[in-house]
Order: sequence, then C-alpha cells, then structure tokens
Amino acid sequence: MPTVSLSINGKPVTAEVEGRTLLVQVIREGQRLTGTHVGCDTSQCGACVVHVDGKAVKSCTMLALQAEGANVTTIEGIASNGELHPMQAAFKEHHGLQCGFCTPGMVMAAIDMANRIPKLDEKTVRHELEGNFCRCTGYHNIVHAILAGATAMRG
Amino acid sequence: MADDGIGASVRRKEDYRFLTGNGHFTDDISQPGQVHARFVRSPHAHAKIKSIDTTVALKAPGVLGVFIGADLAADGVGGLPCGWTITQTNGELWNAPTHEVIATEKARYVGDQVALVVAETLDQARDAAELVAVDYEVLPANVNLTQAAKLDTPQVHESVPNNTCFVWGLGDEDATKAAFVKAKHVAKLDLVNNRVVANAIEPRAAIGVYDPGSDCFTLYVTSQNPHLARLVLSAFVGLAPEHKLRVVSPDVGGGFGSKIHIYAEESAVTWASKKIGRPIKWMADRSEAFLTDAHGRDHLTHVEMALDDDGMFLGLRVDTTANMGAYLSTFASAVPTYLYGTLMQGQYTTAAIYCEVTAVFTNTTPVDAVRGAGRPEATYLVERIVDESARVLGIDPVEIRRRNFIPADAFPYQTQVALQYDSGDYAPAFENALKTIDYAGIDKRRAASRKQGKYRGLGISSYIEACGIAPSQVVGSLGAGIGLFEAAEIRFNATGNVTVFTGSHSHGQGHETTFAQIISERLGVPTENVEVVHGDSGRIPFGYGTYGSRSLSVGGTAIVMAADKIIAKGRKIAAHLLEAAESDIEFADGNFTVKGTDRAKSIAEIAFAAYVPHNYPLEEVEPGLDENAFYDPANFTYPFGTHLCELEVDEETGEVTIDRWVAVDDFGNIVNPMIVHGQIHGGVAHGVGQALLEQAVYDESGQLLAGSFMDYCMPRASDVPSFEVGGTVTPCPHNPLGVKGCGEAGAIAAPPAVINAVVDALSPLGVTHVEMPATPQRVWRAMQDAKA
Repeated sequence: MPTVSLSINGKPVTAEVEGRTLLVQVIREGQRLTGTHVGCDTSQCGACVVHVDGKAVKSCTMLALQAEGANVTTIEGIASNGELHPMQAAFKEHHGLQCGFCTPGMVMAAIDMANRIPKLDEKTVRHELEGNFCRCTGYHNIVHAILAGATAMRG
Repeated sequence: MADDGIGASVRRKEDYRFLTGNGHFTDDISQPGQVHARFVRSPHAHAKIKSIDTTVALKAPGVLGVFIGADLAADGVGGLPCGWTITQTNGELWNAPTHEVIATEKARYVGDQVALVVAETLDQARDAAELVAVDYEVLPANVNLTQAAKLDTPQVHESVPNNTCFVWGLGDEDATKAAFVKAKHVAKLDLVNNRVVANAIEPRAAIGVYDPGSDCFTLYVTSQNPHLARLVLSAFVGLAPEHKLRVVSPDVGGGFGSKIHIYAEESAVTWASKKIGRPIKWMADRSEAFLTDAHGRDHLTHVEMALDDDGMFLGLRVDTTANMGAYLSTFASAVPTYLYGTLMQGQYTTAAIYCEVTAVFTNTTPVDAVRGAGRPEATYLVERIVDESARVLGIDPVEIRRRNFIPADAFPYQTQVALQYDSGDYAPAFENALKTIDYAGIDKRRAASRKQGKYRGLGISSYIEACGIAPSQVVGSLGAGIGLFEAAEIRFNATGNVTVFTGSHSHGQGHETTFAQIISERLGVPTENVEVVHGDSGRIPFGYGTYGSRSLSVGGTAIVMAADKIIAKGRKIAAHLLEAAESDIEFADGNFTVKGTDRAKSIAEIAFAAYVPHNYPLEEVEPGLDENAFYDPANFTYPFGTHLCELEVDEETGEVTIDRWVAVDDFGNIVNPMIVHGQIHGGVAHGVGQALLEQAVYDESGQLLAGSFMDYCMPRASDVPSFEVGGTVTPCPHNPLGVKGCGEAGAIAAPPAVINAVVDALSPLGVTHVEMPATPQRVWRAMQDAKA
C-alpha cells in the first residue's frame, strides 16, 4: 500500500493509504481529528475545508496522496495556547454558528478569505462563501462575524 | 434581570466545542471494534423483489453479514409506525399500510432498502453491497401527484385502493358553501407547494451497540427526539424492551424535522449489532440522504376566497392533494391535517372556512415534517389568496389586510378551524414593518428600478402559526398516539452548581445557554455554574424532543416548574437554618432572606446543607436538592408577525434579487434576543430557498433528478440579504415565562412574502402567479407568456 507523509497542525504524519483514500479520511479516521466534517459527496457544502500550504482546500476533493509533503492545518490547529483565533472569537461574539456542523469549514474558509482579500465588504464575503453551505444561520451572522474577524486579524 | 438572565443576549456556552473542532457528532464517535454498514437500495421506483442472492457478497473481503427483510421478520422485528391515526370525512379510519424496516416483497421508491451489508470497513461494505444480486421485476411507477388517486394508476400498496391514504376535512362545509353562494366576488388560485429536502448539513447517522453481558443495546443516532426513538424502537419495532435500550443523540448537526422520524437505518443497525456482535456504524452519503431523508411539502391546492365589495373575507375553501410518498413516515399524517387545516384562519376574521385534504401514496421518498410542517403550506396559500383577492377587487394588499385583521380586543378568538388563539395584536407588527421598509416610498423605488431594467416588487406575509406542541389530551383526541408534554430535572450538586436534565434536544437552538439563563433568572445561579444535559435516555428520565418550536414554551416551562419546587424546598431548609418561620422567608436573586432583615442564606449554602444534612429539618424534609417536573401545555402558542420582502426581477434574465427583508415578529417574551434573531435569519433563508431555488424533482419513472447538491439548489450567502428584524411582545398568557416558539416562523412567513413580491413586481406585465421555486427560467417564462 502506498504511504503519504505530510504535516498536520505542525505534527509530522505518515500514513498507509489506498489510491482512493481522501485527505479528509486521513484527517478524520487516521488522525482522529474529527473537527473537519463531511456533509456532501459533490464538493459543494464546504464542511470539509482545511488549509493546505496556507490555502483553503476542500479535503473531500483531494486525494491523500496529493497531500504528500504538504502542511495541513485543520480547525483543531488554529487556536494558540488555549486562546481562540480572532476569527473563532468573532464567530462566538456574533453568533455565527448554531448546530456547529458547517462551522469548522466556515471558519477555515473565512480565515483564508481574510488572508487573501485586504478589504472585505458584505457583498464580497457573501460571494466568497459560495462554497460553504449553512442551513441554520441564514448567513447573516456568519457574514458579520467574518467582517469582524477579518478586522481583528489585521490587529 | 441578572446580566445572564432572561432577556440577555448571552453568548453561547456550546460554541467553544464547535469552534475548536471538539463537537461529538455521531460520525465523530467511534466504538471499540466498530464495523460499518451499507444498505442495498432499490434503483427502481416500483418493483417486485423476486429474489435476493447474497452468496457472493457474503464471501467478499471483510464482510461480516448480509441481511434481508426476511431475517428481520424471522426475529419478530416489526414495521415503522406512523404515530397519528386519521379519521376520514366518511367516518372510516385511514388506510395505513405496513412500512417494513427492510422491504421484502416490493420496493416502492428509488432508495427503498432491500438489504444490509456489514463489513470491517466502509469501503468493504460499499464494495460488497454492489455484489448483492437482487432480481427485480420492474413495475410501472406512480409518480405524478395529479394522477395518483386515479383508477388506472399503479397501486403502491395492495391494501390501499386508489392510492388514497385518507380524505380529511376541517371546518364548516355548509357554512362555507353558503358564503360562496352569496358572494359578490370570488378569488381563485391553483398552487403548488413544492417538494423540498431538509438537507441539514450533517447527514443522518447511527451507531448500534449491543452488550451481551447485560443484553442491552445502545443506539447513537442523529435524532431530534431520542426518548421518542427509544419508545418507538421498543414498542413498535420491537428491538428490545425500553429498559434494555438506551438512545443517545449526541451533537446533531441540524434537523429541520428530517431527524424527528424513526427510520429503517437506525432500526436495522441496532438489530444487526446483536447479530454481528460488534458495534455497527452507518452514515448517509449526501446522495443517499436525498433519497431516504423524509422530504417535505408536495401539495397541490385549489383555493377560493369569497369576498364582498369591500374585500371582506366571507369564506375560504381549500382543496389539497398531499403526497405521502411511498410509505407513511412517523408524523406524516399530522402534517397536511392538524398542522395545516387548523391555520386557515390566518390573522383574519374569515367568516366560514372549509379545508379538505386527500392524502395519496406515490412511488417517491416518504414525505413528512420539514421546518414548519404544514404551517408553511397553510400560510402560503392564505397569503397568496389574500393578495389575489386584493388584485381581483383592485384593493391595495395592505388595505385589504387591515380590514380583515382580527382586532386586538377579540381575544381569546375562536377560529373556524378548531384552534382558539389565546392572544394577539396583529396591527402593530404590520404597521411597524411597513414603516421600516418605507412602504410609502415604494412607487418611487419601482420607477428607479425600471430605469435600470428591473421590475421592483414588495411582498407581504402576515402569518400566524400554532406551535409549542402540544396539549396531550387535545392531540390524543385527534388521533395522536403519544403525549406531547415535556420533562425537566434540576439537580443541585453539594457545591452549589447545577445540572439541568431536559427532555428537549438542541441541534443548533442553543438550549445549553438559554435554559441556563432560565436557571440564572429563577434560581440566581450564574450560567457558568449551570450544565444543561440533553439527548440521552440513560441520563434524562423522559422527553418528547425538539420540533414544532416547542422547547422553550414546553421544555422551558418544565424547568420553571422544577425551579419552583427547588425554591419551595429551599424555603423550608432556609427557615430551619435561619431559625425563622417559613412564611417569613423570601427568595430573590439567589438568596433566601428573613423578611425585613439582612439575615440570609444563599442557594449554594442551602444546597450544601441538603447534601450534608447535619443541621437540617429531617422530620419535615428529605435530604438532597433535586426536583423534577413534567409539563403538559394548556394550549399551543401563537407566534405571529409580518414579513416584507422587497426584490427586483431582471427583465432580461428573470433573475430575482432580494434587496431588503423586514421581519417584525411577536414571540412573546424573549429569553435570548441574539438566539431568536438567529432563528429568524435561518428560517427566512430556508423559506427563500423553497420560494426561489429548491425542488426535489422526479422524472416520470420515479428517479430523483435533484438528488445531489449539484442538482438541488441550496440557498447560499449570496442568495439572501442581511435581515432587518424587529419585534412586538404579546406575552403568551398560559405559560409562566410568557413565551412562544420562534424556530419555524421564518420558514413559514418567507415563501409567500417572496412570491407575493415577484407577482407584485411583474403585475405591470399582467403576471398573476408564479409557482415555487420561482427560478429565473420560470420567471422569464411568466414574463414572456404575459406579454404574448
């Protein structure tokens, strides 16, 4: 069986995988990092978004072997020293989550959005969220959380 | 009010685990030695199962078992029940066919399970499932709702002639007939309420675990109501006696009704866990969820309103054909009857109403409650026929509503359709909404939009709904097989912090926070010292779960009643410790005080005394500080309000863009405004999805074409604006908190607001109706047809 070596949340990982094994399976089943979720099978919902080499990627749509040598960050890896990342804190402050299932993917997509786009506005955030579904919140508070979180990230 | 008491927008206690990836959703849980299940499902909408050959599959790598329906029947496993018996208009009982856990003789919809494969890994189970050889004799499928009850349409169930489950009526048929006879004007509409899929982002999942030592089962399942699942799985499906079955709903990623029902999958994996002797996990793929989660809505309705010259509503006649799908799901029969016909009064004084519903079977996925469950269907037709009535008479839709609102001094108001509204004041929310959106300026805005090649429309939805289900005796008399009370236990620990056990379940509603706020308010214990436990029949004595916007009004009231018992007992203990008469003890802000003095004991000191009863009135009072309460509500609660949708239609493409959404709702007293607003936002987005984007489309052979997120259009962030939310407060008179439910209101209010706005936008072209979903193609076509 082929093996893949990568880093997840700063920790080196080597795993035996099949050719068809998805990155999300390595994360959830192999590493028991169950914060990254699977919500669909056509790559629409975004519950599986992680960062691969600093960019938002849908981990359900990436084969594990494609992540050879990559630095992967999941939702479990973004708080530091027990303190919430500013985007996590913004989601809490603005009630940007209800059931919590889409939340890890939302937060990872939001951080990536804030990293790429210096001046976020409501229209841009809504457009950038095309790849992330939420059925609970109606997006209103998510958008406001992301705008606040992005501002906080800039310090 | 404490700063974390009732009325405060307390930030949620549950957020930390969800934000840091530490939630425990069912698929996140792993049991030692667990194996995986995969169901073999019919690819045909209607087919005889001639034989099933499992021999090849049984030999596939990793396979531990392959089971068919006959295996369950041999073990005495029963069918899945529908819990609400319907008596028809002719006095006979409904035609309720059996719903097997795994189909034996016929498959009746695409996705119907015909076998269960269990293997060491999920990939092995998937691979082996493809090796199960099912010999089908394909039969003609009954897919078209308009044809379903006709004589020569294929019968889904041999025992159900004309595919008709029931014909049910509510209201005064004669009075309504008379109203139409004398009416000067009649408005008519034919409406489709489109079939939708709830699509919580977490797919359904279950883990069945059997312990041979104790002969006990544990089922982890994505259920909105674990105790109800336990009751049904025990008493009807017959998997185990209740005391040998524990059902746990861990973190659940949204329900929206689709996770109320008791399904084949959790039934089968629980049963099979004893056969295999290993824990068995199953999770739906999204495409599997599309096929097997209960769908929602799917009504065809003809509605007529009898009117006089002034636009008064003299009579409302509703004829609906409701799709049940291939089998009766758990609540299916209540949705187009008692949760539907009873809302035909709306906010209006309509003098005579008659509603008749014909429920039919088709070879499609079973249909049951989805957010709003019957009330969106009712509100949609009422608010559409009100607008159509305005159009027919040339009266402003605002004015026609003003004339027909039930006035504030008319409550309690007995409707024509069984319910008695306990309270209400519709005009303030209505006028507030109109002012907020600047209704007076709409014509100017319309003209400005025309210059940009857009048609601007404003749609009104003045809704009322009945939730907080329900008084057990009322629903029992109407055919429900269960009660609908709620239970709570408040347990003080010796060190003064509190655990609340609630029969409600949170799958996004924030009960861990809001129920703690009730404790803070009523018992003076800060929310950080309150743990709310839900979702486990092993820890919580009982509950009927969360749906029908009932948790606060029913579950919250049970907590208040238990809190009152805590205070009553605490008073006795305090009297002893403070050496005063019980009648001189006052309780406020967490302290028991001797009236007129500053001698006091905190509730934490009382709790400690109760658990270490050295100085204690043992002759009068037992040790411990742990009280429970069961609350059966006196009535439904009646939230209401007005939503206004202002949108633009692109004249070239038919694309609809919502510009503003104003919601003014009355939910009685508010425990956590932030959480309530979140529920409105989510409900409205859900309703916008139904109105503009979503439809579970079947082809004529019964294949679900809209069977994935590629083909079924979910609302995205760019499909909705930010919402403007206001409110009025008319406290509910029959529960101590004065609260109503809010979780479904947005989904109930939104669809007619959108469609009324689209029709309003296109009225200059002569468009009078557009069916949901009002996709660009449909809207464009309506524009072309009107111009022709």
